[in-house]
Amino acid sequence: LKVPPDIRETLTALMAEYAMAIDDNRLEDWVELFDEACDYKVVTRENVEQNLPNVLMWCDNKNMLRDRVESYRHVNLYNLHYDRHVLGPLHFSGNEGANWRFEVSYSLFQTELEGASRLFSVGRYRIEALVKAAEARLKAVTVIADTGLVPSLLATPI
Amino acid sequence: MTAEVRWPRNDYSRVPYRLHHDEGLYALEMERIFRGPAWSYLCLEAEIPNPGDFRTTWIGDMPVVVSRAKDGSIHAFVNRCSHRGATIVRELRGNAERHVCLYHRWTYSTAGELTGLPFRKGLKGEGGMPDDFEMKSVSPGKMKVGNCAGMLFGTFQPDKAEPLEKYLGEFGTGSSGASSTGRSAILGYSRQLIAGNWKLYAENLRDTYHASLLHEFFVTYGVDRATQKGGVKMDGRHRHNMNHAFAATDTQEDAKAAYADTAARLDRMQLRDKKLLQFNNEFPDSMNLAAPTLFPNALLIQINNTIATRQIRPKGVGAHEVFQTVFGYADDDEAMTRHRLMSSNLVGPAGFVSMEDGEAIEVVQKATRSAGEASAVVEMGGRGALRDLAHRVTESPIRGFWSYWAELMGMEPGGAIR
Repeated sequence: LKVPPDIRETLTALMAEYAMAIDDNRLEDWVELFDEACDYKVVTRENVEQNLPNVLMWCDNKNMLRDRVESYRHVNLYNLHYDRHVLGPLHFSGNEGANWRFEVSYSLFQTELEGASRLFSVGRYRIEALVKAAEARLKAVTVIADTGLVPSLLATPI
Repeated sequence: MTAEVRWPRNDYSRVPYRLHHDEGLYALEMERIFRGPAWSYLCLEAEIPNPGDFRTTWIGDMPVVVSRAKDGSIHAFVNRCSHRGATIVRELRGNAERHVCLYHRWTYSTAGELTGLPFRKGLKGEGGMPDDFEMKSVSPGKMKVGNCAGMLFGTFQPDKAEPLEKYLGEFGTGSSGASSTGRSAILGYSRQLIAGNWKLYAENLRDTYHASLLHEFFVTYGVDRATQKGGVKMDGRHRHNMNHAFAATDTQEDAKAAYADTAARLDRMQLRDKKLLQFNNEFPDSMNLAAPTLFPNALLIQINNTIATRQIRPKGVGAHEVFQTVFGYADDDEAMTRHRLMSSNLVGPAGFVSMEDGEAIEVVQKATRSAGEASAVVEMGGRGALRDLAHRVTESPIRGFWSYWAELMGMEPGGAIR
């Protein structure tokens, strides 16, 4: 698949901001990377390989993402930690007009307050993004976690 | 480590923290509970519908294969080769005519019997097994399997165990509308590894006091509040329990008054998209929350229209896996399946009303390692004899859990309640 350099650059920057926004605990900024009509879900490779639809987390529009983040800020309690995402290069698989599909491998480390780090999750993103006039918006993000055995709990998004 | 327990009180209103840290007790639990006369939850019948279908699972820390034989009967056997102890079935699931150990190709039937081994008669009259070697005598250990409304249970000591129907009592069938698991359609699995002793999870499931306090989401968005009509039922032996609540049986005013001294934000927050809270009343009993918890390792949970089983898998004294099987029913249409998946945002490792449990258990495990002979206080809902309650401000079923745990372990205090 031939991908124009400016498209690749724009989407690479989008993913860098995606990771940094979560790692900097700017979850509200993370939400703003999505289009209003969007879909975000976290599934596991174990389920995907059996064609089972179970989700660990599923927001099928941007308001549900806003609700998740607001709930984390004010309602839910979870392990106190820092996140650190390490992303691989974008691997493009298709496009229709301004819509681009690609996959990215990720590693997500968590560090607790006393400084111990652990590998929290490893897997891939399957992404659909819209690029218009050098501006990119996420339409669909499916996190397919190889790490089906969630350590402790899953709160802050992958 | 000594495998003894000094109970401060005979009604289990004090529980020594040491019980979550003692390696010796953990080994005895594996022997006296999971390999003892208790019935443990294996999997759903719907997961092995066809002859040859199998799943691997864990009962305590014992690897087990659940398998449907050619004649349709269901078997559960230890997943360990009789020869040198290798794992026989390494896949999580599948369909097979027989199971072959990779090491020396010893072969087992779908019923878990050793049926063949290479070079048994040797080669050209040399080598081979002794003539009097009987394959039957070394077949892997088997569990007796029982089926209750589509949930499969097994016990390693059928001679000492009560019949399954009696063991589960009303908690088997009819304890909630969701228990008609016989027509279930599997939606998928989730797994969570919690760094805490498995009994902390068993206690958590019997502690209705924490639900609306730790899981503030319940109260804030009105999914489940202690002010709803509901209660806690236990079986006659107080080893199982069921927390339940009926939909739409309290008012916002009741709830505001009751939660005035907590941090709950009943008025200030609204979900922008409320569909994950929607409850389609599909059960005759109108319960929007029903959670029968079965000793030692199972939970059947229905929150709104999400239905799941959870199996507790101990992973050493300081950790356990929570293995969740989410399902719907075979006659669900596409919209209902979507709705069930959407409301499953509430449960599981990332669930709005369940993520906190992992954290609560881990911080207990962390802080009690150094607790010496100190004990937890379990008095919410009262001391002394155990009884059912038409409210949920209680943790009495925790005392029920410990009373049966102590009985199976042979560690009851003098004059113990049961």
